[in-house]
Amino acid sequence: MKNAVLREIPEEILKITGKEPFRGNHYMDGKEIEHTGVKVRAHMNNTESKLVKDIHEALVKCNAHDGMTVSFHHHFREGDLIVNMVMEEIHKMGFKDITICASSLGKAHDPLVPMIEDGTITRIESSGVRGKIGEAISAGKLKGLAIMRSHGGRVRAIETGESHIDIAFIGSPTSDDYGNLRGIGGKADCGVLSYAIVDGDYADYCVAITDCLVPYPNFPAHISQTKIDYVCVVDEIGIPSKIATGAAKPTTDQRKLLMAQYCTQVVVNTPWFRDGFSYQTGVGGASIASTKYLGEIMRERNIRMGFGVGGLTKDMCKLLEDGMANVLLDVQDFDLDAVHSLRNVNHHRIAAGVYADPLNKGAVVNKLDYVVLASLEVDVHFNCNVVVGSDGVITGAQGGHPDTAQGAKCAIVICPLLQGRIPAICTDVTTVTTPGESIDVVVTDYGVAVNPARPDILEALEKADCVPLKTIEELRDIAYSIVGEPEKVEFDDRIVGIIEARDGTIMDVVRKTKPYVL
Amino acid sequence: MINPNKYRLRRTMMFLNCQKPSLIKDPYIYKPDSVMLDLEDAVAEREKDAARYSLYHALKELDYRGVEKVVRINGIDTGLWKEDIRCAVAGGCDSIRIPKTEYPRDVKMVEEAVAEAEREFGRPEGSVLLMAALESARGVMNAVDICDCSERLFGIALSGGDYSKDIQANISGTGIEFMGARQHMIIAARAAKVQCFDTVWTDLDDMHGFRKEVEMIHAMGFDGKSIVNPRQIPIVHEVYTPKEKDIIFAEKVIREIDDKKAKGIGVFTVDGKMIDIAFYDGAKRTIALAKASGVYKGDL
Repeated sequence: MKNAVLREIPEEILKITGKEPFRGNHYMDGKEIEHTGVKVRAHMNNTESKLVKDIHEALVKCNAHDGMTVSFHHHFREGDLIVNMVMEEIHKMGFKDITICASSLGKAHDPLVPMIEDGTITRIESSGVRGKIGEAISAGKLKGLAIMRSHGGRVRAIETGESHIDIAFIGSPTSDDYGNLRGIGGKADCGVLSYAIVDGDYADYCVAITDCLVPYPNFPAHISQTKIDYVCVVDEIGIPSKIATGAAKPTTDQRKLLMAQYCTQVVVNTPWFRDGFSYQTGVGGASIASTKYLGEIMRERNIRMGFGVGGLTKDMCKLLEDGMANVLLDVQDFDLDAVHSLRNVNHHRIAAGVYADPLNKGAVVNKLDYVVLASLEVDVHFNCNVVVGSDGVITGAQGGHPDTAQGAKCAIVICPLLQGRIPAICTDVTTVTTPGESIDVVVTDYGVAVNPARPDILEALEKADCVPLKTIEELRDIAYSIVGEPEKVEFDDRIVGIIEARDGTIMDVVRKTKPYVL
Repeated sequence: MINPNKYRLRRTMMFLNCQKPSLIKDPYIYKPDSVMLDLEDAVAEREKDAARYSLYHALKELDYRGVEKVVRINGIDTGLWKEDIRCAVAGGCDSIRIPKTEYPRDVKMVEEAVAEAEREFGRPEGSVLLMAALESARGVMNAVDICDCSERLFGIALSGGDYSKDIQANISGTGIEFMGARQHMIIAARAAKVQCFDTVWTDLDDMHGFRKEVEMIHAMGFDGKSIVNPRQIPIVHEVYTPKEKDIIFAEKVIREIDDKKAKGIGVFTVDGKMIDIAFYDGAKRTIALAKASGVYKGDL
């Protein structure tokens, strides 16, 4: 069956997953949703200790079993040691048929591949995967399906019980012996624990893992003792230099700066750029440069940001510090400046559900004026692909892309026209991860295209005469005129993963790649 | 007939290594006035043929969208320059930059080879222009003769690295070592009615110093500057963009001169300044620059 973005979703996949094909951004709007019940074991004994001596003991006490689902968060990014440490123990104990439900997985988790190959891990639910796990899934090594869902979509799936977590492992920079967790004050600070909050709320068992045990009470707690069953102290939970790095050096790449300038011009010449506007951006060189340029114009025109959201970096925090932003709402910190900025009383931690859950009573993304995003590919229907490489291999993550793009009044995607010899603006993306109806403006180094569904934005930019405007088809044609139209990637029939839309319907499927033969 | 491109706007001429296809595939997005597609110093000796191959196909296949395509050939003291010219002319370049020019005869040799290539590849005679890089004391001293020796020659450029070595000076960052050459070259170029271009600034971490230098060469009368990084382009263009008060004044001067000429008046005042016909060309140049910089939308 073809869905709303004209992707063929095979009946067998709809049957196996019990899902519907994607029917458009507002299909679920106003519908009633039931949240699943939560199992809690009462801890009434005041002499009981929640401390366990190691992961092994935690697994035993949490009734680990074949076929269970274990969950993790990705606040430690490429410095994460928790996933591997827990999975090694599960592997050692001989459990099979495990589902990993992670907010994201990266190259740090390459050691899981042998566990995929030997059937320890048979299903993966994640925002996406990078590195060797992506290659393994695309090569058909995962027995079950990989489900890629956005940050908001993950919260929805857990809340509705679609994704049932047996044991959540929550790495925390600090914890006391009764499970009050904070993202700061330890050896490997990540600032916030936003993505793990829903795990704490809904998992049958919750194990906190820390390398910095602090005296009770570790307050104010980012995840409360009322959610935590056991606390396990280990030597190291993460590699600090890979968790929150020093702020990225501003890019000097003129191509990125050019795109950043175009992006800033789009923002300042559209109607939502007024005192109190709201804004979110990413961590790429062009995005960071856009924030810098935007800050300059805000200062010139004395326009203050009402609130900024993120995924935060130094540049956004600087706006808060300088009084150019009133409030920051934080779900993740990408550098140490962002972690330190949390001391500011107007820099607030928010849970992933508050940030982006599509089926609650209204998420923060719905209040966004602008979001600046990146994409591996954008097609002439404005569909974006941020998960599957142009070679067909899974290599990225949805993150908050579909959530923020849908929520924001003006969703801008920055994308160089060519990625090496690959045209990033193309006729059809390899895989649809964010639907074109969510994307309003595409900024490339060759010009800016506005989605025809947004004549208001087009009119504003034409009137301002501030950027070289092109149609998306013109951009595609320029790309093809330089590097040619690439042949379609050949896939096997077997479906190895699904791209879930925010609302739980199926946006697209990912097939096993065929080995490339010259 | 003079090639209409001879006096085109050339504020920025960006060097690009032909050995790197990724650099030459789309430099026009940065909006330089000219690109300098380099077959000479930037290209490793064993890659010269590969660079020519990339150059030829880039010139042939890509649309540089109005940006002038200048090709820097290898020196006439090498065995490479004639084939460089054939490839460049066959591909469709606009101009050839002659490195290490010391005497008018150097230009004449290249002119001959270019004319031959134009005939060989069916391009109109005189369609390919020339410019000469002066890289030695001898070249600078012969500047006026070099400027005068060919109708095809649109300008001369100072090549600071080799020049400073030749005069046994170090590059100081202050420009003191180039003072004489700069002044001499600009006078020679103006005497011969050709353009004059300044040398590159290579310290990309010192953009303040770069801006200072651009302001200086602009004040000296240079037409533009050689560029090694696209980051430098907006700075040069900004410095070369006429200020609003200069545009308004130039507009008044042109209109008044046109009006007074018709009435037979030679000298008059504009905004309290004495004006005569000698101001006409300068005012026209200001308006042309303002148009090219996108800051003048008037009818002159």
